[in-house]
Amino acid sequence: MTDVMVEAEGLVKRFGETRALQGVDLAVPRGTVHGVLGPNGAGKTTAVRILSTLLRPDAGQARIAGFDVVRDAEKVRSRIGLTGQYASVDEDLTGRQNLVLFGTLLDLRKSAAKHRAKELLEWFDLTEAADRPAKTYSGGMRRRLDLAASLVGRPDVIFLDEPTTGLDPSKREDMWQVVRTLVRDGSTVLLTTQYLEEAEALADEITVIDHGRVIANDTPEQLKRIVGGQTLEVRPADPADLEKTGLILASVATNQKPAEMTRKGVLAVPVSGDEALTESVARLATAGIVVTELSMHLPSLDEVFFTLTGRKDTEGNHK
Amino acid sequence: MTAIAVQPLKSQFKPLRLVRHSLELTKRSLIKTWRTPEALIDVTVQPALFLVIFVYIFGGAIAGGTHEYLQFLMPGILAQTVAMGAISIGVNLNNDLEKGIFDRFRSLPIARSAPLIGAVLGDVVRYVIVTISTFAFAYLMGFRIHASPLHAIAGCLLAVLFGVCLSWALVFVGMLVRTSGAVQGIGFLVIMPLTFASNVFVGTFTLPGWMQGFVKVNPLTHLVQSMRGLFLGTPVGNHVWWTLGWCAAFVIVFMPLALAAYRKKV
Ligand SMILES: Nc1ncnc2c1ncn2[C@@H]1O[C@H](COP(=O)(O)OP(=O)(O)OP(=O)(O)O)[C@@H](O)[C@H]1O
Ligand SMILES: [Mg+2]
Repeated sequence: MTDVMVEAEGLVKRFGETRALQGVDLAVPRGTVHGVLGPNGAGKTTAVRILSTLLRPDAGQARIAGFDVVRDAEKVRSRIGLTGQYASVDEDLTGRQNLVLFGTLLDLRKSAAKHRAKELLEWFDLTEAADRPAKTYSGGMRRRLDLAASLVGRPDVIFLDEPTTGLDPSKREDMWQVVRTLVRDGSTVLLTTQYLEEAEALADEITVIDHGRVIANDTPEQLKRIVGGQTLEVRPADPADLEKTGLILASVATNQKPAEMTRKGVLAVPVSGDEALTESVARLATAGIVVTELSMHLPSLDEVFFTLTGRKDTEGNHK
Repeated sequence: MTAIAVQPLKSQFKPLRLVRHSLELTKRSLIKTWRTPEALIDVTVQPALFLVIFVYIFGGAIAGGTHEYLQFLMPGILAQTVAMGAISIGVNLNNDLEKGIFDRFRSLPIARSAPLIGAVLGDVVRYVIVTISTFAFAYLMGFRIHASPLHAIAGCLLAVLFGVCLSWALVFVGMLVRTSGAVQGIGFLVIMPLTFASNVFVGTFTLPGWMQGFVKVNPLTHLVQSMRGLFLGTPVGNHVWWTLGWCAAFVIVFMPLALAAYRKKV
């Protein structure tokens, strides 16, 4: 059996004049998380829909677990779970009815379908709301139900299209935990996101796409190296310490770059690894400088694109 | 998550799976109907309204008396009602396609046709409800059955079957056009002339000769004639066969077309 679970070569898809995909290649080994990173309109959803057999590519081919998404669509469908960008559960049915329905459609016996539904409702913290129609759910609950729905059949390959867009930070953290559990249990996950931070937190490998083309494909570490790593920001409690703080930051910065004032009273330097954080904390403590704010930031998607494409904005509408 | 357990699976025999999946999806439609009974208001009120308007306003002029006309009109209104009811399935499915749930169905290893078949079968209950409500209202107005209850029930079943089969034509329309408003419009344009150029409101012999040709093949005419016979105990001739033939034709022609159109929508 193949060990590349998701494989795409030269995927092309046009919608009238719009060229949504212009030759996208992807390869996701078994048991890994692959992040597809791109701004609005990059073609992420289109790629996911082709890989999950909802759309036919105009050119190119794709295989899931070795099965062609066009010729062996039915076999592909029995191996995948899809959580689309927008909720795809029945709003009039309760959470439980939705999950039982999908279980029986996957040929589970009634008792097994019910059992599976209960298990998933518990896992996703929906037991209390289980018997309410899904249309009464909050955005976050719907998102979780949707993900639960795609896991009913214990799929080998899971597609998550922007799984955390619109979730608050703690729910986002929960969702990440779910993804990690899925992979630990042997699934292969392909997720799309607009946040480098998310791709970095989860993915073993990241493909950056823009205007339907792959513009980078690397491990998060490599990618960060290319785009210049992280930024360390510090706000000393006493503005009189700014100068001393600046010197300490420069000493841990990439290429000893001098610190810049990014906001009033906040100094920032580019750093190339997490060690810089511990290092600076230690030195600030030795120097007796009290800080009220200290944080590490990944470059935003905008900055990533700027670095990778040399253009400031790809479409004028991404966050 | 718990360790991956061995999941007891049901038979993988293909035709059986299609039937089973369609029935599961029928259940889904029934739950939806149960949750939103207000969606039944128009189809139940409309026949009552038509009965009142036609019987009390035109009854005297058309049949010389309201009571006689009610006996004549009731089967016609029932036929018109199930035909109109078929429009709403086209409208609903057209709406549903836009929703994510159909994406979910398409990503499952089930036959593409199962969600459509489920929706059509789920509509049986709607036809049964409108048939009963039309019957009840007509009864209050003074309509009486003059045949055995078994015949009357057969008449009602024929109406329900007709609605279910005809709905494939409107499912097809629902798959073809872009907006649900357009489905409604096209549905009306087809069903309205069918009901007026038939024997729903007046006897065929009162119509101009050129129109009689059409009226005589009109599927609604045969359905209405069958029901009149079955409710009133008059001879049915071969109208029941004609009706069943039309039902078969609707399914044979429009079901494959609807499924093909649905596949192409992807
Ligand atoms: N059904 C469609 N008809 C016409 N154009 C489409 C269709 N689907 C996508 N597009 C176009 O294709 C391009 C890629 O869209 P896609 O939805 O794949 O982007 P995305 O990366 O998922 O964006 P987002 O982050 O906003 O979800 C866009 O320009 C979009 O307008
Ligand atoms: Mg998208």
